[in-house]
Amino acid sequence: MKRALIVLAVAALYVLHQDFWFWRTPYPVFGIIPIGLFYHGCFSVAASLLMWLLVRHAWPHHLEREVEGGAGEGGEES
Amino acid sequence: MIPALVVFVYLAVVVYIGVFAFRRSKGQGAEDFFLANRSLGTFVFLLSLFGTNMTAVAILGSSGHAFTNGIVTYGLMASSSGLVIPLTIFLIGTRVWALGKRYGFITPVQIFRDRWECSHIGTVIFAVQAVLLVPYIIIGIMGGGTTLSAISGGFVPFWLGGAVVAAVVMSYVFFGGMRGTAWVNTFQTLLFLVFGIIAIGVIGAGMGGFRGAVESLGSAPATSWLLTRERISPYYFFSYTFIPLSAIAFPHILIFCLTAKRMVQFKKTVIFYPLCILLIWSPCVFLGVMANRVTDVPEIRAKQEARRTLATQGARMEPAQRDDLRERASGDDIILLLLQRYAPLWLAGILGAGIMAAVMASDSQILALSTMFTEDVFAFYGGRRRFGESAQVQTGRIFVIILTVLAYFVALRAPETIFEIAIQYAFSGFAALSPLMIAALFWRGSTKWGALASTVWVALAVTAVAVFQQTYPAPAPGPPAVVWSAGGTELLARTSSGTSIYGFMPVVPMVLVSAFLMFAVSKLTAKPSAATVEKYFPQRD
Repeated sequence: MKRALIVLAVAALYVLHQDFWFWRTPYPVFGIIPIGLFYHGCFSVAASLLMWLLVRHAWPHHLEREVEGGAGEGGEES
Repeated sequence: MIPALVVFVYLAVVVYIGVFAFRRSKGQGAEDFFLANRSLGTFVFLLSLFGTNMTAVAILGSSGHAFTNGIVTYGLMASSSGLVIPLTIFLIGTRVWALGKRYGFITPVQIFRDRWECSHIGTVIFAVQAVLLVPYIIIGIMGGGTTLSAISGGFVPFWLGGAVVAAVVMSYVFFGGMRGTAWVNTFQTLLFLVFGIIAIGVIGAGMGGFRGAVESLGSAPATSWLLTRERISPYYFFSYTFIPLSAIAFPHILIFCLTAKRMVQFKKTVIFYPLCILLIWSPCVFLGVMANRVTDVPEIRAKQEARRTLATQGARMEPAQRDDLRERASGDDIILLLLQRYAPLWLAGILGAGIMAAVMASDSQILALSTMFTEDVFAFYGGRRRFGESAQVQTGRIFVIILTVLAYFVALRAPETIFEIAIQYAFSGFAALSPLMIAALFWRGSTKWGALASTVWVALAVTAVAVFQQTYPAPAPGPPAVVWSAGGTELLARTSSGTSIYGFMPVVPMVLVSAFLMFAVSKLTAKPSAATVEKYFPQRD
């Protein structure tokens, strides 16, 4: 169920990218940002939230366990 | 000249970072040089992976495209990338990282060879990837030439600017390998994140605020469309969502995915990626659109005039005349002209360094090609066995020099704008190669013959688009020149910016046919051994 909802959320955001409802509207939000640009700025924020959802609810823990054995490794980082 | 000097200081810092990384390397092993020993931490991994994807297209190309086409640029290229790229890194990048960690893979072709039990087919994939990657490298050198020339007010000619950038990139890649490249990319990403915010403030103040500019753009019929998408077809807009699929098929991105120390480092990368895109692209696009209200900069006025002439008289002109006007109307240097006009000299220099940071992102592509050549060809065909690992690293370094020099000479002769080259060849081609990695990781039934069919299709399709566009010159802006139609339906047309197939950009049929061929040919051909399939798709409790 959770997986289906996540797939649905991804598909919905992809569809929302095609915002034909603002296609011909030059209305400036706050008097400065054209609505078409503002919408897609908000879309970027929504994409970030979606990624947060994916990381939280669909993270491939099995890969992490198989490779790292479930424990953090030591060693120096670059 | 002061801004150019600031940029030269910046270039010296970048070279020093490369040399410093060279000193930090813990040996001469291939994994250390090509993958920084798979040891990148969260901060460096996020910023360098993002920086690797931000080439000249991000700042010069985006503002230039927005200058000509309006706000649509952000929706076309940035917001779709902000969704598709982190999604593919999440789904594919993490799996590639896990395979690399378990089995020691360094390049995508090594994964393909192992997954599909093939050898020479892997070499074919390498060759197609390499040919498609070179234009991306050329973009960086062209961007460097354009930037240095513009920042110095023409004192540094294009050919010299490109040569300086090529030499600097070559130096830190040569010495620092992946560690140097990642550190430089991190430094550069920080610079151009800061750059966007400062540029908006300085140029906005110089123009007396943006509110008046937006109002006058919106009220004039000749410019009001720049604030909407009314001149862009929804099919064209939709087509662009296929382009970001290229990111995860780019070898330099996949190779970068192998450098993370731990898998957890992907988490912040995918979450912050769309926000980084927002921070960098929105100022560039906005400023590119606002440049249409600038009337007191002769170079910008000349561009506006060239565009007007192209629109009103282009249909009656010879193709060569149209190309010349397109070149003159191109906005690739628009953001630099705005800085020259509105920023104080010292600040223009610092901001110019920020732009240089973006255009120099070709370093990862150069390193990736070097990695691929030494691993997929030199080592695979016995070079490492005969000459040793140290010779392999030296071969990689020599390859870096040869490649950079070749790319530089091509950049001097390339006539098209930065943006067009990137989109038409490299991005579309790699997007159409994305079904390979998806099939390798997620479909047990995929085979090497399916992979070969997809790869050959991509090579043929890219060639066909290039030949078509050379054969049929671009028409003037406006309705496309229909080349082939059936029953009143436009099937194939030449547009002012490229090619249209049934109203879509070529990338759409390229990706769909590539995926179909992978599926259909795999269904008809023998699968890899059960042991190999089990290795990639183990039964989990």
